[in-house]
Amino acid sequence: MANNINPFEIKDCALIAIATGKRAQNLRELKEYLNTIGTDSIYYHFWGSSLRPRFDDPEYHNDFAIWAAHSLHDKFLAERLAVIDPTEFSELNDLRAEIIEIIEERLDEVDYPLWSKRDQQFEFIRSQIVIFNTERKVYSPEDFQKVVPEMSVGSIFYHFIDSRRRLSSSIDDFQNWLLNYGNDYEDLCLQIREIDPYFSTLSKLRSELAQLFTDYFRRRN
Amino acid sequence: MSEILEEYAKVTGRDVIEHLRQLAAPLNGLRVVHVNSTRIGGGVAEILHKMVPLMEELGIQTHWEVITGESDFYQCTKGLHNAIQGYPVNIPENILRVYEAVNQQTAETLHDKLNTADLVIIHDPQPAALINHFPSRNGKWVWRCHIDVSRPFRPVWKYLRKFVSHYDASIFSLPVFAQQLPHPIYLIAPSIDPLHEKNIDLEKDEVKEVYNRFNIDPDRPMILQVSRYDRFKDPIGVIQAYKIVKNFVPNLQLVLAGGGATDDPEGEIVLNEVRSAVAGDADIHVLLLPGDAHRTINGLQRASDFVIQKSLKEGFGLTVTEAMWKRKPVIGGDVGGIRIQVINYHTGFLVNTPEGAALRIRYLLRNQDKIKEMGAKARELVKENFLITRHLREYLTLIFALLHEKKDRISLN
Repeated sequence: MANNINPFEIKDCALIAIATGKRAQNLRELKEYLNTIGTDSIYYHFWGSSLRPRFDDPEYHNDFAIWAAHSLHDKFLAERLAVIDPTEFSELNDLRAEIIEIIEERLDEVDYPLWSKRDQQFEFIRSQIVIFNTERKVYSPEDFQKVVPEMSVGSIFYHFIDSRRRLSSSIDDFQNWLLNYGNDYEDLCLQIREIDPYFSTLSKLRSELAQLFTDYFRRRN
Repeated sequence: MSEILEEYAKVTGRDVIEHLRQLAAPLNGLRVVHVNSTRIGGGVAEILHKMVPLMEELGIQTHWEVITGESDFYQCTKGLHNAIQGYPVNIPENILRVYEAVNQQTAETLHDKLNTADLVIIHDPQPAALINHFPSRNGKWVWRCHIDVSRPFRPVWKYLRKFVSHYDASIFSLPVFAQQLPHPIYLIAPSIDPLHEKNIDLEKDEVKEVYNRFNIDPDRPMILQVSRYDRFKDPIGVIQAYKIVKNFVPNLQLVLAGGGATDDPEGEIVLNEVRSAVAGDADIHVLLLPGDAHRTINGLQRASDFVIQKSLKEGFGLTVTEAMWKRKPVIGGDVGGIRIQVINYHTGFLVNTPEGAALRIRYLLRNQDKIKEMGAKARELVKENFLITRHLREYLTLIFALLHEKKDRISLN
């Protein structure tokens, strides 16, 4: 069976951010824009941060929560937004609905919507992503031990995070490819599934994956 | 891998360089021209000094041209610069005509090169009007704005927008700077070059030599601001902060190190104001350094306990990035690009007043362990986000994005 499996082609990607020109200065404006903003912008504000300059904020992991905390100074809202795990939503529109729900709940609680300073408005951004082949291929699962530590963070983003948007099963490319081997790597897939991409930087994810493959095949062999 | 790319791989990791090579491969032979207003002094020139050879190394035919004029031209461009940063500056009509004439002359000189290029990147307002002279241009033209345009003086911005709106795209350093324009607005933060003389590691002896040369006492605390003598950098505010701290830390030394840029006629006026504010205090060292004093600035940054950048307006603040790369926390003005570098309480402190700066200076001087901790975080933030390799990656990505403007996912295979 293994002989008929297409190799795992390592791809890489790079992302560029684009201003949409839409800015919200208070919570009500944020909600209004969220109703109509493209899903690419929702995606960017949850996942795009992995591929763009930012400080690894230990408290808040998406741009909406960060804005609520640092610009609106609304810690209640920030905590509720921060707990949203985008991996639980297979459709970006469902993720959008969840954010709006939380904002509406907060608007019901406060007497007037909180405002940010003029130069700290929420800036809706979208992105274009360029995907390219690295010419590197993996022919057997064991090869991941050597290949993963050498992958760029762009490759990690593409195969571990972006895949969840591309694949109907909403899983990462590693698991998706290992499924070609039937149940042979079921336990490996289970371990990969336990890696939470949302609370980590791409370089930490790469280390975590590399360690996982190394440990797994050491035990297996 | 070529020698220059090997050198970068040692700093950034091999994966980062390999990523650039693969991304650039389909662009082999592309002709790109950058145009700005000076080769010496200022952050833009510094970036281009390395960006151009790196793009060349990756197979892209890259040229760098400069627009130059006489004093009226620089008076106008300084006015444009100040006005789009928000200061109400009325630029006389005759001076605007000089600006347009210099752009026209430059367009004539560079006509063939710019008209046939696949991509032309025009930096800042000085050469922005060039585009009007290329109605049948071959390639894409992008206006790269390095300045804080978040609240421009409207009449001047309206004038400049007449030119900018003809471009195929704009690039701003931060989303908050982006103005409404009839084309895509890309967001790319600037960067520093870790292999530039200003940023490379120095031997201890070389740092020691800097103390000697400027008569700075290495056994007493020293804080530093590196910037042009420009009101937006608030050197007077830094002196005020120093004077407040001096009451509590009498042995404190302050170094203000400013370079002159050839396109900045106001520098001397501000420098004189600074000298007056010093009022004979021998512990304040006001240095006017030549544009190529890179190793000196490097040495001063390394010699300082930590760095101040108390700007009132700031495009990005590359001096902040440079200091952070050298593991120095930065006390910075809560404006513009300083905000995405100085993460309050993590890589430094954001302040709004001389009093705020004074408080943080006192705090850090009394908490040496915090200087170390914040400095380590600062270095890491720059390594991940603000080195020239990331900047270059975004320029390459931008080229594909321009060629496939309508798609949000561009597959090159």
